[in-house]
Parts: sequence; C-alpha cells; structure tokens
Amino acid sequence: MNRYRINIQRRHIVTPFESAGVFTGSILAGFAAIGVLFLLKGVNPFQAFYKIFAGSFFSVYGIKETITKAIPLILIASGLTVVFRSKFWNIGAESQLLMGAVFTGWVGLNLGPVLPGPVLVPAMILAGFLGGAIWALPPAYLKVRFGINEVISTLMFNYIAAEIVKYLVVGPWKGETQHGYPYTDDLPAHGILAQLPGSRIHFVTLILAVIAALVLWYLLFRTRFGYEVRVIGENHEAAKYAGIGFTRTTLLMMAVSGGVAGIAGFGELAGIHYHLTYPDAISGGYGFTAIIVAWLAKLNPLFVIFAGLFFAGIVVGGDAIQISFGLPAATVQVFNGVLLIFLIMGDYFLHHRVRIEKTAKNLGDV
Amino acid sequence: MKKITGLEMAGISKSFGEVSANRNISLSVSSGEVLGLLGENGAGKTTLMNILYGLYRPDKGTIRINGNPVAIRSPRDSIRAGIGMIHQHFMLVQNHTVLENLILGYDQAPMVLPHRYMRVRVAEFEKKYGIHIDPDKQVWELSAGEQQKVEILKALLREADLLIMDEPTSVLTPQEADDLYRVIRRMKDEGHSVILISHKLDEIMSICTRVTVLRKGETVGQAEVSAVDKAELARMMIGREVMFSFKKTPREPGDVVLEVRDLHVISDRNVPAVRGVSFSIHKNEIFGIAGVSGNGQREMVEAITGLRKAKSGDIVLEGSSIVNESARVVNSRGVTHVPEERIKFGIVPNLLIYENAVLKQHTMSPFSRVMFLDYDSIRDHAMELVDRFQVSAPSIHVPTKNLSGGNIQKLIIAREIHRKPALLVASHPTYGLDVGATEYIRSQLLIRRDEGGAVLLVSEDLEELFEVCDRIAVMFKGQIMGILSPGDRDIEDIGLMMTGSIGTDTPKEQGE
Repeated sequence: MNRYRINIQRRHIVTPFESAGVFTGSILAGFAAIGVLFLLKGVNPFQAFYKIFAGSFFSVYGIKETITKAIPLILIASGLTVVFRSKFWNIGAESQLLMGAVFTGWVGLNLGPVLPGPVLVPAMILAGFLGGAIWALPPAYLKVRFGINEVISTLMFNYIAAEIVKYLVVGPWKGETQHGYPYTDDLPAHGILAQLPGSRIHFVTLILAVIAALVLWYLLFRTRFGYEVRVIGENHEAAKYAGIGFTRTTLLMMAVSGGVAGIAGFGELAGIHYHLTYPDAISGGYGFTAIIVAWLAKLNPLFVIFAGLFFAGIVVGGDAIQISFGLPAATVQVFNGVLLIFLIMGDYFLHHRVRIEKTAKNLGDV
Repeated sequence: MKKITGLEMAGISKSFGEVSANRNISLSVSSGEVLGLLGENGAGKTTLMNILYGLYRPDKGTIRINGNPVAIRSPRDSIRAGIGMIHQHFMLVQNHTVLENLILGYDQAPMVLPHRYMRVRVAEFEKKYGIHIDPDKQVWELSAGEQQKVEILKALLREADLLIMDEPTSVLTPQEADDLYRVIRRMKDEGHSVILISHKLDEIMSICTRVTVLRKGETVGQAEVSAVDKAELARMMIGREVMFSFKKTPREPGDVVLEVRDLHVISDRNVPAVRGVSFSIHKNEIFGIAGVSGNGQREMVEAITGLRKAKSGDIVLEGSSIVNESARVVNSRGVTHVPEERIKFGIVPNLLIYENAVLKQHTMSPFSRVMFLDYDSIRDHAMELVDRFQVSAPSIHVPTKNLSGGNIQKLIIAREIHRKPALLVASHPTYGLDVGATEYIRSQLLIRRDEGGAVLLVSEDLEELFEVCDRIAVMFKGQIMGILSPGDRDIEDIGLMMTGSIGTDTPKEQGE
C-alpha cells in the first residue's frame, strides 16, 4: 500500500523569467476561474471578458471613465506599496481616503470664502494629505507600541471613519442649500477642480497621482527611508541589528501611505462630488481595490500606474456587464477577489516547490 | 513485553549539502542502560538522534532493533517501534491541561469522554515511575521541569521503551535536574533504555552507565562510565590534537580599547544570563570567549553591541561608556559586529548584494547624503569589498541569498572590517563554513589585530580560539570561569571550565 504526502520546500533562487511566467500564469488562472463563475451564471465567459474590456478600453467614454477611476486607485496603491514592502498590512486606505475628504471639505467650506483659488486648492491638497496621515497613525502606533495586529485595527478604523462621515453629513455639516439631502454644501467654485472637457477627469489629481507614483518609487528605492522600510520588511532581525528605528520608520511610512490616500479623498471631493456625502458614494471600495492594484504591480509604485488603469478598467467594464447580462453588482468585487487570491497563490508557488511524493509502506512488525 | 531490548545504529552517515554532520557513527544501547551521548555543539549528536527518531533519513547505515534491521521513515514509525524523544523545546499545548495534553494523540484513549479513563492510566504511570504532577493544571502554569515530566509521561504512555532526551537539564534548575535523575533511574530499573544527549560532564558521570563521545560528526570514543574520569572525557570531547599553528606574530598589547565591568544582563526568558562579567581588551589583541553556547555569550555580545540592555555594570569603549546606547550609536563609536546566525541577523537575503554591503552603514557618508542614498558610491563600494575580500559572486546585482554561506560570511566580514573598527565583535564567525572560508576569515581577524584593532571573538571551536586568540576567557552559566593564554593551554582545564567543573566559582552554584 502506498501513501502520498505533500512535500513543500522553499526555493531560494528565482529567476526573473520564472517570476514573469508565474505572474502571467496566475493571472490567466484567475481569469479561468472567473470564467467558470460566469459559466455557472449562464454567461459565455469570452463574451463577458470582451464586454468588460470593450466597456472600459474600446470606447471614448469608457477610456475617460477608466482614467477617472484610475486616479484614486493609483494614489492609494502607490502609498500601499510602501507599507506593504515593510510587511505592514494597511487595510484602512478606505478610511484614510474618507478622512482626507473630510479635511479637504472642512478647508474648502470654511476657508473657501477667505482664500483665493491659487491658495485654496493647495491648502485643500495639504488638508487631504494630513487627514489621511492622521487617520493612519493610531493603528501604526498601536502596532509598534503594543503589538496590536494592524490588519484588525486598520480595518476597524474604516468603520469608525465611515460613521464619522455619516454623522457629519446628516448632522453638523449638513448643507443649507441641499434640499434636505445628506450632503454638505458644495465647495466654492474656486475650490472645484477643472475637468477635461467632456469627461470627469480631474486632471490636477491625475497629475498628482502620477507624481506620487514617481516620488514614492524614488522614496522606496533611492532614499535611506525606503531602504530601511525594505530591510524591515525582508528581515526584522537584520533591521534590529542594523539599528533601524521601528517606531519612527513605521509611523513615517504609515503617514505617507495614509497621506496619499487622503489626497485621493481630496480628488474625489473636489473633482467629482463637490460636497461630502455618504461614505459609499465617495469611495465605493477604492481602498480595497487598491490593495489588489498594489499586489498586481508587484509592490512597485511605477507599475502601479498601469495596474491602476487595468483595475479601473475592470471596475468600469464590470458596470457594463452588469447592465448587459443582468449580473449582480457584486460581480466586480468577486472578480477582484478571485484575481487577488490567484496572484497571492502564484507568489507562494514561486517561492516554494510543492511536490506530491509517494511514500513506501512503513516498517513492518518490529 | 518490551519492544526494544537492544538497539544498534551502525555506520550512520548523513550530510546536508556539503556539510557532513555524521560520518560512519555507531552506537548501541540495551535495556536498563542509560547511554550518554557526549560532544560539543555541532558534533552531530542531535542529527544522529533525529535520524533515530525518524526526522531525518540517513545517507548510509542501518538501525537494528533486537537484531532486526528496521526502516524508520518518520516519527510515527519510531513511536510505533517504541522510541520516544523529549525535545529541548517542549511540544505541549499551553492552554490545555496536563491530562488533555496526554490524551492528545493517544491511540488507546476512548473517543468520547476520555478523561476518566486517562486519569486512571496516568495515575498508574505516575506511581510506577515516581512522577508527580497535577493532571488538572494547565500547562502554562507549570515550570519547565514539570512540563518536561509531562513530556516524559506522554512518551511512557505511548509505550516508549527507549527514550531520547536532548539536553534535558539545560532548562532545569539544579533541584529539578535532581528530580529528573531520579525519574531516569526509576525508568532504568523498569528496564527502559535512555539516550541522554549532553555536553555536561557531571551529568554524564552521575547518571549514565555508558558513554559515546562524538566529535565533528565522528565517534571518537566509547566507554563504561565507571572506567573513565572527567578529564579523560573532556579530552575525548575536545580532541587531543588541537592544532597550534602559530602563524601569528607576537604583539605587545596596546592601550585598553574595551573594558567590561561587572556586567549583568537578563535573557529573553527573563533570567540572568550574564552574571557579573569583567574583562578588558587591548589594541593588537584578539580576546576569545570559549564556552558551550547558551552560557550567556549571546546576551553579552548583544549588550556590548547595543542590541540588548544591560541590567547593571559598565561597558567602556576607549574611555567613554557605551552601556545601553543604541546599536546605531555603538556602531558609530567604532564597534562593528559579525553576528551569529549570519543569514538571520547579518544580511537581508532578498536584497541585492550591494544593498547588503552597506547595511548599518547606510546612514553614513559617502553612501548617504541627507536622506538620499548614493547608489553609485554604494555599488562602487560593494565592488571593492567583493574584490578585496574574495567574495565569489556572479555580480553585485543578485540577491544575497544566492551566495553560499562562506561567501555571505566573507561579505559580512568585509562590511564590518573595512572601516578598521576600534573593536570588532565576531560571534561564531566560522560556524558551518568550509575549510577555505574558515582559514580566510581567521586570517582577516589576525590582520585586523596586527593593524592595531581589538577583536572580541566568541566561538565554540577551541581550535579556532587557540589558533588566533591572545587570551581566552571561558564562560559558563553567565560567568567567566578563568582567563587563559594559549601559552598555558591545558585542554583538560578548558574542557572542565566549559562544563563548569572547575573555575572561579565551582561550588554548589552549578547543579550536578
């Protein structure tokens, strides 16, 4: 009688070729799995994939929408690459975006009347950054000081932020001019970002997003801070040996990560909505989708620009297939989730060799 | 009936890659015997026992039980054959009670409500072997000695006739050790056999009937304990033919570089690890710390290099105190460190070679300007280190994990030595390296000494210490048992000091 066992060994040497192969393989496998889901729903998967990409990339309207949705994704995901590199799992970008929007809104509404446009917009950007950064710091501090799991704390902070926003828009910040809707008043005209004609692309934020990706790439790979972040993530003991300060580095990188998410909040507020409203309307899951974007970009901020566009396309195309095939609204989330699982699995198989071995029957009678 | 009346391992060989851990080792043990397996760390004791327990497969050799060859492919096989192993680190579920731990994995326990049945069984066994333990206590409430008894009970319940104990007293207080010896004698009387892995001579002398000595993966001696004395065992364990190659030129020690005064350090387990150590190191001097690892060397090194707080005492570098300064400050004052477990502490395996070439120096000029890193000068520097220190690497642009152990260590040595530090602290710098890399690293330590540096070398390899050191301190249980110079080298003395049998404070403090 034979027994089987699974033998798992760590692989130490991984060539770029293998890495690219596994990456492509896991994306294809992810698509295959999603295809099966489409089949189960009675939808031809090839048609569905075609629709998705047709909806997002093959039409002028689609491309415009894709770019619009890519803006917050690129911003948030490039910030996430920094913290993820140090193996700090910030799941709270959603709330960092919201708090960025709250701070932006406060500056816009309260300082709008006194500040001229050229000063107001930079002030709002700064406020957005600060809002996100401040909201990101408590989980970081709890982690370094008390060892509290950052996945839980950042996730819970999402709920807190969402409730704060709801409270503000139905309570003290509720607008006089919004006919009873749960909105704040609109930002003053000189605080509203211009859009590319015929689209919703608020290009100021688009430029900021691309700059953020470039700057964060430089930060990660060319500065002392980035070096220390990477050393902490790759080998905690070596970081200690090298005298790298955890507290300072962790707080700083979370401030950066939260800050750029906050700028995404600024963009959504000043470029799309013009007023603070219910949290689902402002973000709708960008903070979570950006996690997948960062992963798809292999935690490299430069690749985030492309991965962000790709996922924005899936979000936009997902809307298209909902309408065409009558699929539920959660389809896109399922799509994203499945793809992430396959990417992470691919990473595992890249670094481990898994074999199923036959083992002979064990020793006889002794 | 006993499953095992006699067990024999014959011609066992095992290598890991290029390192051969066991070469043609043989031993035998029969019922009612306690066999001591003596040897320094790295002598191959644990590898051999892991083979017997089924954790590793031997490359060559056979295991015979009662004269019949058996294949042991997994711990499950060895348990079935009647072999039990008590590991150094206990494998118990902390939040379960003693009884629940005993039930876990016990085949004969009834599926439903096993507690009552087991309570009776456990009581029987406790009585038989003189082990007393409250079955309803949770494991985390127990001391190390009590947890060990639970492990022993677990093995006995599974009808283990041969018990392997891996350094069982290393975590025990002297009283608990006495208690353990009582249990072992009782088992012996009941016809069990025990293999006791140890490097403590006193322990071997007091409890074992026979002893097998391993050195560098080979059997170097077997004897009835009644027929040998400690000095003889020490000589066997350490080796008669320690090579005294005095390639080094005599140097007059210069000014004091490091002075350690009455240093006390607490370990991770919150017990005193370093207990009042004092010494000084001069320019042009290599100061060695000999001793079996786990006697406070690591904690002492960490205190000196700023990685751990000292409880009391002072560490003075070139006239100013560095005690309880951060690792970064200590480093900037001129103390560099070749850490033990090089891959765990010394490098970041996934970062490229040039990125690792400046680890800990990445804040210093010319690699860093304000907050930016100058990768051009970092790469130039890495090239220079790789060239000058003979690191064989395909290029400096590959992940450091692709290098062999010897080359990783050369890279670390290069990084830590090129700045000509006032004090170089090297912990087990040649552990596990091949002969070539070992020689190279030792020669680098000597060069640093001849240039006027001070070197603190912690090693378990006495040959190495004799070859390069100017003075050698022997550490045991957090204290220095004596400081010798290779001139008055008496291997037996060192062996006895390392095992705590003689030294500055011999009496009662060290258990058996």
